[in-house]
Formats: sequence, structure tokens, C-alpha cells
Amino acid sequence: MRSATPWSDVIAYLVEATGETLYMVGVSTVIATLLGVPVGVWLQLTAKGGLRPNAAVHRILSFVTDLGRSMPFIVLLVALTSVTRLIVGGSIGSTAVIVPLAVGAIPFVGRLVQNILSEVHVTVVEAAITTGASTLKIVKSVLIRESLPALINAIGVTVIALIGYSAMAGVIGGGGLGDLAIREGYQRFNDRILWSTVAWLAVLTTVIQLGFTRAARAFDRRRHASV
Amino acid sequence: MITVENLTKSFQGVSALNGVTLDVEAGTVLGVVGPSGAGKSTLARCVALLERPDSGAIRVDGTDITSLDGSALRAARRQIGVVPQGDSLLRQRTAAGNIALPLESAGVPGPQRRTRVGELLDLVGLTDKAAAYPDQLSGGQRQRIAVARALAANPSVLLADEPTSALDPETTGSVLTVLDRARAELGVTVLVVTHDMGVVRKICDDVAVLEQGRVVEHGKVLDLVNNPVSRTSSALLPAVDLNPINESSYDRVADVVLVGFAAVGALLPEAAHRFGVELNIVGGGLTRLGETPVARFRLGLNGERSDSALEWIGEAGGAVQRSLKGPQGVAA
Ligand SMILES: Nc1ncnc2c1ncn2[C@@H]1O[C@H](COP(=O)(O)OP(=O)(O)OP(=O)(O)O)[C@@H](O)[C@H]1O
Ligand SMILES: [Mg+2]
Repeated sequence: MRSATPWSDVIAYLVEATGETLYMVGVSTVIATLLGVPVGVWLQLTAKGGLRPNAAVHRILSFVTDLGRSMPFIVLLVALTSVTRLIVGGSIGSTAVIVPLAVGAIPFVGRLVQNILSEVHVTVVEAAITTGASTLKIVKSVLIRESLPALINAIGVTVIALIGYSAMAGVIGGGGLGDLAIREGYQRFNDRILWSTVAWLAVLTTVIQLGFTRAARAFDRRRHASV
Repeated sequence: MITVENLTKSFQGVSALNGVTLDVEAGTVLGVVGPSGAGKSTLARCVALLERPDSGAIRVDGTDITSLDGSALRAARRQIGVVPQGDSLLRQRTAAGNIALPLESAGVPGPQRRTRVGELLDLVGLTDKAAAYPDQLSGGQRQRIAVARALAANPSVLLADEPTSALDPETTGSVLTVLDRARAELGVTVLVVTHDMGVVRKICDDVAVLEQGRVVEHGKVLDLVNNPVSRTSSALLPAVDLNPINESSYDRVADVVLVGFAAVGALLPEAAHRFGVELNIVGGGLTRLGETPVARFRLGLNGERSDSALEWIGEAGGAVQRSLKGPQGVAA
């Protein structure tokens, strides 16, 4: 019977893996948001009843988005490894995982964003149109600002989903918490590492979720009790 | 000020506007009324430049605005303030922020924007609600903010689609007061779409009745009430109940419409006195169109010179709508 890993080592493992996870997920979330929000806006603008309806563009964009969303992440990860190697100069390491994570999340974010923007009432949008506002102004001040709380929540959902995806990063040597739980914990029958990681992941995702919910509420001006 | 010429619009082959022609004089209020499905909202959306008509023209100060694009279209939209039907405020912006939106669209710089927003809050009587969010306002207050927003960029035309449809009578009054102030204090030309004749009664100078995409009646409210066969008169004037027992004791029975303080107050006693007839009001009543008192009375007359009295009333400015008893067509 092998003696259990000392707690100090477990913590050291967790700290390192947490850093890797936050790095991978953080950077890919930023990229996915920067590219996914415009995709969502474009989807909504070109949709029927949108500000710039265009059935052909919308259909193509929808098709690509849904294709991206339905692709299992593990397949994307492997397929993109060669592309990743070109971009980040090597297919091993946390940085290499960012590309497939971001690429996988863009259509995810795009669809979420479009659904959220489509919830802004048509009378509100039309009222803005009648003020002579430009399309850009309406996108910024009406569509995005009116749905900001929901958009913040959507980014939170994306972060949690990406933490899940990043667990598969071990396959290409990406590291992170999922990788720690699988390789050090599960495959080496190290229960202490496995369950510590599971518990820590639960805490981490809860805190992140809570943070986004709080932020969303802070930006929401609906139904506040008083001025 | 604003002229609609031969406007047509159909949706998938179903005609909504069928050659609508209207004009609204500068600084007046036109009420567009009509049954559900008549095309009122379609007309409003065309004038608001949210819908493009199939043919016809909409002229503001003589310029056709129906075929504009790009920045010219946006500039034309700023000329027409719109109060849309239903909740249209940004819920994530304060009342003041909502009013500022058209000013932002027009590129008005910050300090001027704040001054203008202050003026408009004052106009609609909601200065104390500047920092409130729409969810903290009542329906009537929200609607007044929507009117303030529509007026922010100094439009020459104000268009409101059913501005009071979701409001109780008291709140309706406060919104109508604001529309009336916009006309009186800012001189804007107002076009209000409504199914409520009360709106016409309270603030409209002119009325257009729309039916199946056509204008079936259009004119000054005070002229139309004098026309017994107009839909406006039957909708706006007090009803005269049939009361044969009461009427049987008179030589003559006639309906008369009186418009204005002088007519309502003095015409009937004067007629009775001049012609030495007994003249009683047996039905009908008094109402008010804007500031003008208007009456429709059913008169019962006794005396030899009853016909002359009715004739004189007609000549003196009252409209004798019909003579129900005695020789027909005494009307002026
Ligand atoms: N976007 C649209 N697509 C198809 N048909 C439409 C559309 N808008 C209006 N119509 C049709 O045009 C006609 C006029 O509609 P409109 O909304 O202008 O009537 P309205 O006078 O405003 O009625 P209401 O008093 O019920 O609001 C109706 O037959 C309606 O079904
Ligand atoms: Mg309507």
C-alpha cells in the first residue's frame, strides 16, 4: 500500500493546475467573447425581423454556427492540434489548448448571444429606430446594453462550459485541473488527489458562477426597489 | 405641414391602406380613428418611417420622405417624433437617459443634452423622476417619458399610436395633457392614432375616420359635429333619447347642435323670447370638445311661430339637425 500524497503536495498540485485551468479558460473566454458576440450580433441582425434581415447570410451563418456547436470538443481538439501547432508553435502545453477551446466556444457564445438579443422587445428597438439612431448605435445602446445582465450570465455559462472542455486538454498535454484529476488521481488510483480536485472544482465553479450572477445583477436596472 | 397623398400598402396581397389622403395643418392635432383592422397602425408606421408604403407620398414641409435611405432617412426620422404603441422605453436607462437617446442619435454634445432633457422632464411634469428607471414608474409616467423622448430632438411632427390604450381614464388625461402642451408650447404638429373617441373629444382639432384602408371622413371636429350624418357627430355628441310621451305635447320637436359658449348659453332663451314661443329641452345634453362647449339638444316648441324660431336658431349659428314633428327640412 502506497502512502497517501502529503497534503502540502496535493495543494501544490492544485495550485499549479488551477493556474493552468484559469489561464486556458480565461484567455479562451476572452477570445470567444470578442469573436462570439459579433457572431451573435450578426446572426440577430440578419435574422427575420432583425435590423438588417438577410436570409442568405443568416442561413449560412446559422449553418456554420450549428455545425461548430454540434462538433464534439474532443474531435475539435485533435483536429485542431495541427493548426494549433502552427499558431502557437507547438502542440503541447496549456497555450496550445487555448485555440481549440476558443474555436469551440465561439459558435456556443454566438448562439447564446443571438438568443439573448432576440429577447429585446421589437417596440423598444423600433422606438430607437425612430429616433434616427444608426444600426451601430442601436446594437450598442439598445440590443447589447438592454441585455447586458443576460450577456454577463451567458459569459459565466461559457466559462463553466470551458472548464469542462479544458479537462480534455490532458489529451494533448494541456494540463489543468481536469487533467490532474484524470492523470494523477484516477489513472494512478490516488484517491486523495482525485477527490481533492473534485471538491476544489466544485468550489471553484460555484464561486465563478456566483461572481457572474452578482455582476449581472449589478448591471440590471430592472425592478430595483427604489432610486 | 404634413401631407399624406394616396398612400397604399398591402401585406402579402392583403390591402391595409387603399389610397389614403390626409393633411395636417401646422400646429394642429389630427386624430386618426376607425375600427380594428382599418389600417391605423399601418398608416402610423408608414409616417414613422418604419414601413415603406407601396405607393403614394408622405410630405413633411413639402418634401416626400417615403423613399429616403441611409443618413437622409435617419435625419427625416429625427423630424418625426414617435410615441410607439406599448412599452418602448429602455429598461436599463433612467427616465433622463431614455429622453437623451434621440439627442445622442443626433450627435448633440453632453452639456446641451442635459439641459434639453431637463426642459423636457419639466414639460411632461416629471422632473423629480429624472433618475428613476422605467420599472419604478407607473404606466402613465412611462408614457409621458416616451412623449418627452419623442419630442427631444425638436421634431416638427409628433406621432402617437394608441398613446392611452393601456391606461385608466385619469392617467389618460395626464398623457393627453402632455400631448396638448407639446402642440401649444412647442408648436409641433400632432398625429394621434386612437380607437378612443375620448381622445378626439379632448385634444383633436381635426379627425380622420379610416375604414378598410380608406379615409371615409376627414375634417375639423367642430365642423363635423354640425353635420348630422357624419360618424364624428354621432360618436361625439350626447345621445338624444327617444321620448314620445314627452314629445307628444309639443307642436314642433327638433334636434339642434350648438357650438361655443355664446351659442350654448344664449341662443335658445333668445329664440324663445324673440318669437314668443315656449321652448323646452326635452333630451340630449352638453359636452365639451377641447375647450369648446358643445350641446346637442332635442327641443320641444309650442307656439305659432315655432318654425320661425327654429329657422332663426339655424341662421344664428345653431345647426337644426332635423325637425321630428311638423314640416321637414327646417334646417339651416
Ligand atoms: N405586418 C403585417 N403583416 C401582415 N398583415 C398586416 C401587417 N400589419 C398589418 N396587417 C394587416 O393590415 C390590416 C390593417 O392593420 P392595422 O394594424 O393597420 O389596423 P389598425 O387599424 O391599427 O387596427 P387595430 O385598431 O386593431 O390596431 C389588417 O388587416 C392587418 O391584418
Ligand atoms: Mg393598431
